[in-house]
Amino acid sequence: MNREKVVFGFFIVLAATLNFGFFVGEIDVPYHHDVFELFAAIAVNLVATVLKFGDRTQIGAIHLATSLVADLQLVAAAICWAAAVHVVGEGMSPEVTARVVSLAGGALLANIVSLVILIAETVMLRR
Amino acid sequence: MHSAFPVALRRMRAPLIVIVAVYAIAVLGLVLIPGIDTDGNPAPPMSFFHAFYFVSFTATTIGFGELPVPFSNGQRLWVTVCIYLAVFGWTYTILSLLALMQDKPLQQAVAVGRFRRAVRRIGEPFYILCGYGETGTLLARSLDQLHIRFVVLDISPERTEDLVVRGFDVDVPALTADVRKPETLLIAGLRHPRCCGVVSLTNDDGANLAAAITVRLLNPTVPVLARAESEATVANMASFRTHHIINPFEKFGEYLALALDEPGNYQLLEWLTGIPGTTLRAETRPPRGHWVVCGYGRFGRAVVRHLGRKGQTVTIVDPQPDPLAHPPWVAGRGTEAGILQQAEIGRAVGIVAGTDDDVSNLAIAMTARELHPRLFVVIRQNLVANKVLFDEFKADVTMVPSEIIAHECLAVLTTPLLARFLDIVKAEKDEWADRVVASLRERVGEEVPVIWRVHLDAAHAPGCFEAQIPVTLEWLLRSSSSREEYLHCMPLLLVRGDKEHPLPEAALQLLPGDQILFAGTREARTLQALTLSNVNVFDYVRTGEQIAGGWLWNALRPRV
Repeated sequence: MNREKVVFGFFIVLAATLNFGFFVGEIDVPYHHDVFELFAAIAVNLVATVLKFGDRTQIGAIHLATSLVADLQLVAAAICWAAAVHVVGEGMSPEVTARVVSLAGGALLANIVSLVILIAETVMLRR
Repeated sequence: MHSAFPVALRRMRAPLIVIVAVYAIAVLGLVLIPGIDTDGNPAPPMSFFHAFYFVSFTATTIGFGELPVPFSNGQRLWVTVCIYLAVFGWTYTILSLLALMQDKPLQQAVAVGRFRRAVRRIGEPFYILCGYGETGTLLARSLDQLHIRFVVLDISPERTEDLVVRGFDVDVPALTADVRKPETLLIAGLRHPRCCGVVSLTNDDGANLAAAITVRLLNPTVPVLARAESEATVANMASFRTHHIINPFEKFGEYLALALDEPGNYQLLEWLTGIPGTTLRAETRPPRGHWVVCGYGRFGRAVVRHLGRKGQTVTIVDPQPDPLAHPPWVAGRGTEAGILQQAEIGRAVGIVAGTDDDVSNLAIAMTARELHPRLFVVIRQNLVANKVLFDEFKADVTMVPSEIIAHECLAVLTTPLLARFLDIVKAEKDEWADRVVASLRERVGEEVPVIWRVHLDAAHAPGCFEAQIPVTLEWLLRSSSSREEYLHCMPLLLVRGDKEHPLPEAALQLLPGDQILFAGTREARTLQALTLSNVNVFDYVRTGEQIAGGWLWNALRPRV
């Protein structure tokens, strides 16, 4: 067992699961989507991104790209949230919630691609 | 050699994860701990937005204070922990970054990347200069003065750093690398479409040989000039047709022999291959008779061979006599008066101080002059740094190997026709050379002339071609700003087909395809280029009539 592989897999899977956890629920119902879960998803996604740094293979490059996409989407979701609540003062209205959750949904897709690559890579190795 | 960026990122993984973790922990704490409102009543914790804002300015030690409202004691306790965490996190990250920048292999990778980009961006013809020692420096300075681009490769980091300090007119990309590796030359642009030559001047024959082979194999269209000091290397390079092999010792022996026989030719040769900005040196006439040669290394051997060929007698002074050598021997260094007297310095006409140690050479020359004040002294100067001493001593001939190589390279690189003319000079009589020197001095002055080539065809001289009139050489010698004046230049050689015509007459009719070698001032070259390229200027120089150039005026002219 390779400890580095465990840590790598752990963070990628955790990033995807947290993202999924935030995403599930009615898209425009605020209390279906917990702000702590979004925060955790962002933090874990950032760590997963950093773990993917420095791999010069083709697969490594795609891995990093998917993570960067997920980061971008999640950070955009967080900014939408903060702007709605603190800047505009609109609060978590159904429109804002839908916007935030759909952005997180995009991030989830990127995380799923990342998972698929991880699985494909593992299967290819067959060791 | 690979790009430095992925390596750097990989090395920064741990510190970046620490930073993300520290921020996450700090924010999480702040959104959980209850706050306090302005009246001192318990209030809900901070929102994520405010927590992130607070951590952002606190972690970077900017510290705006307790925002947006004063904290509860619980929050203060947590913030205290956060501050230490953040300071630790950032310190770790910055130290890692600094360590990364100090990393030698990474620095090399960054330097290679920068060099590769700089070479790729060169849009003009350029040369690759391998070896930036004494000779390389001299050549680089001359190329810079002539506004010729070049890139530099050297194995020693001190020398490439020196290049940055020296300050050239143009940007000179330089890399610390070993030219023995083929990849080095490829990075330096061996296959770049604008690469027009490789000059290998390192002090290591093996490296020069390797560079020459690399060029011949990887890009045979590019000419290569290589320095070679041992005869084995010369033969080796010649075997795979290196375009130009320069052996400084052999060259000097040849020049010394020429100076003995035909001092005028030697003077002309030296002048035409001089470094731009220097002036004509007075003619030196080495005496004929008995010579003493101190130091029988590669230099001494070449000198003795050429002196012997010109019918002089020679005594050799060297600490390690060669039993097979032909001339008489005296064992010793030559720095002592006794040894020199043994070598019959009394009846000698000249002495060559040619060891590879500058101090010994000076000692030999000074002792010899003491014993025999009218002696003709030829001295070898190994290091450019010792120039002051040699200038003070004022030998009759000071031989600096690095200068000889630089002159030769410059002549071959800038004008290939010049090499042909120099061969003619070597073969001609002394009186002929004196005449050439006199007329050059009269027309151009004492400065080392600029040498250029004119190729009479539609691409290089459109002005003459559009006129469609037989061109007389004289027209190229008149000034394009006022035709009564002659330019400060002189034609040295006309090449028509395979035939060479040295010193063509002004009245000569030129034919398309002719190549002419000119020597003159920089200004003359510019004015002549105008005549060659612009048909109206050409007509003016030819007839003395100012013709307006535009299409409208040309259309109107017949009717007016």
